[in-house]
Amino acid sequence: MTQPRTLYEKIWDAHIVERQADGTCLIYIDRHLVHEVTSPQAFEGLRMAGRRVRRPDLTLAVPDHNLPTTARVDAAGKRLPIADPESAQQLAALERNAPEFGVKYIGATDAEQGIVHVVGPEQGFTLPGTTLVCGDSHTAAHGALGALAFGIGTSEVEHVLATQTLLLKPSKTMEIRVEGQLGPGVTPKDVILHVIGVIGTAGGTGHVIEYRGTVFEEMSIEGRLTVSNMSIEGGARAGLFAPDDKTFAYLKGRPMAPKGADWDAAVAYWKSLVTDEGARFDKTVRIDAADIAPTVTWGTSPEDVVPISGVVPAPESFTDPSKRAAAEKALDYMGLTAGQRMEDVSVQHVFIGSCTNSRIEDLRAAAAIAKGRKVAPGIKQALIVPGSGLVKRQAEAEGLDRIFIEAGFEWREPGCSMCLAMNPDKVPAGERCASTSNRNFMGRQGPGARTHLVSPAMAAAAAVTGHLTDVRELTGVMA
Amino acid sequence: MEPINTVEGRAYPLGVKNVDTDMIIAAKWLKGITRAGLGQGAFEALRAEPGNVFDDPTYKGSPILIAGDNFGCGSSREHAAWALIDMGVRVVIAPSFSDIFSGNAFKNGILTVALPQDAIDRLMEVAKTDPIHIDLESQTVTTPFQDRFTFEVDPFRKTCLLGGLDEIGLTLARTDSIGAFEQARADDQPWLAPALV
Repeated sequence: MTQPRTLYEKIWDAHIVERQADGTCLIYIDRHLVHEVTSPQAFEGLRMAGRRVRRPDLTLAVPDHNLPTTARVDAAGKRLPIADPESAQQLAALERNAPEFGVKYIGATDAEQGIVHVVGPEQGFTLPGTTLVCGDSHTAAHGALGALAFGIGTSEVEHVLATQTLLLKPSKTMEIRVEGQLGPGVTPKDVILHVIGVIGTAGGTGHVIEYRGTVFEEMSIEGRLTVSNMSIEGGARAGLFAPDDKTFAYLKGRPMAPKGADWDAAVAYWKSLVTDEGARFDKTVRIDAADIAPTVTWGTSPEDVVPISGVVPAPESFTDPSKRAAAEKALDYMGLTAGQRMEDVSVQHVFIGSCTNSRIEDLRAAAAIAKGRKVAPGIKQALIVPGSGLVKRQAEAEGLDRIFIEAGFEWREPGCSMCLAMNPDKVPAGERCASTSNRNFMGRQGPGARTHLVSPAMAAAAAVTGHLTDVRELTGVMA
Repeated sequence: MEPINTVEGRAYPLGVKNVDTDMIIAAKWLKGITRAGLGQGAFEALRAEPGNVFDDPTYKGSPILIAGDNFGCGSSREHAAWALIDMGVRVVIAPSFSDIFSGNAFKNGILTVALPQDAIDRLMEVAKTDPIHIDLESQTVTTPFQDRFTFEVDPFRKTCLLGGLDEIGLTLARTDSIGAFEQARADDQPWLAPALV
């Protein structure tokens, strides 16, 4: 009888090429996503050392961070130039490096282009039980499908390109169990924001989180992607969901997913990828679903969360002196005062997009609020940025684009956009944005920009009222 | 990477908690295609504040940085490590580090030293007036006032840092093992490859 193992331990054990005496393991990597920002120096390193990409067939390159979200081709179908010379140079480098090293490249004007973490699952590139890496911390998202997926730095990108492996120490395991029934208007984004509020931004450091309990079992795959995506905001390099029938139904028929007899063999294996009865986690956090409200951030760290019905906390309410100092600084930066009602905070910008919340279910949730309403007069810009060309096409087939445009939103091309402001989509200094992205760090959406992280429905609600709003007031369902 | 063993010098007493990688190097500095020159963008927003430690002539060119808990959280950008190297920082001392940052730091020959908060508080005090000495071989941080703190370091990382070893070169020497593993995996789980159509 083998010892009971967690899901993480099963995937880890299946990928050990060699184990050193000190516990460091050479871990095989099954899937590698590459984008333009963290790869140029890695390809350059290979070139300088005369090295090749070991498994170009397991590597997929997609540009996303720098791409403008405005039209990419003119009326005649000709590609439009990218105004920012640095962005253009970085995009050109990927476009050159991918074919030079034999890596499949989905280009800026291809229908399948999108944010790497939307494209991977959508194409069936991400599979349960695999190890998947990318030079981006939100790679944690792919754990929604039961892949051990984590962000890596550029030196590691180069290491994976050259060897298809990484040298790693095993992580500790953390179980986050949310049981019960979510209230009306409470979405996966609210769940993960609440979780981060409970564990803190360093709560998961050194750990891989497995999300367990009825709330996560009942959650859709897209909802799980939102949750797992933000594992890194809780300090965990990776999140995991045990693959189940929802996972298999989601993947079946995707372009890069297994087919025929391979599919059946794969599903049979994937069904073994569950945490065994009696397996031990290093840490367990239990949360009652009933305690989770539609949630919003007030400060400059993703752990600075409060229910939308709440108020800006007073720095004196924190006993830890460094937290108190951080809260004072955050309130100053955010232009908020202690005790102010969150619902009284007006916004000038709304961003619905990012690898956290740009999938079709996110757009449907936002459209349900936007339908028949208008973007409020005080809003300077309300952007909808679909996560991929395929999401965009699907939304257009469902008429969501019409709903958004009629309400006064801008309907854009896919990319990372205003999540981190590497492209022209930025929030001006001192202005405030209700954003479905993942980080509210100082300057994240542009120098001096003020970010409030929210769900897609709450972002749409803020757009139509002009201030942070409890979405339940618009839908008429109060908890 | 540059080998590292002993580092002695003044230290930036930053002390701030949750220094995220956006704070170390903002997104607008990530657009380059080389590793060089990022020091000029390091801590840009903090440096806009009057009286910040980075522009204080006392600390100019310090090889050591002292910070609060959870240093390097957030994005995986290795530019954060490149920016620190470019500004001359070889050692960061903090109570804890994010996982991705500590890996990136190591791969660029930056030593991350985790010490308890009371040790950090003491070093923050010393840093205001005197240099700090770090010895990787003996895993100690010492001050001119007989303070002596020992720190943990992963043995493999220690060997690589002391020798300035190229990790990719080391792994490529194990190509046979990787090939054998890959073959066994392909036989056992044929659906895994090729991924691309």
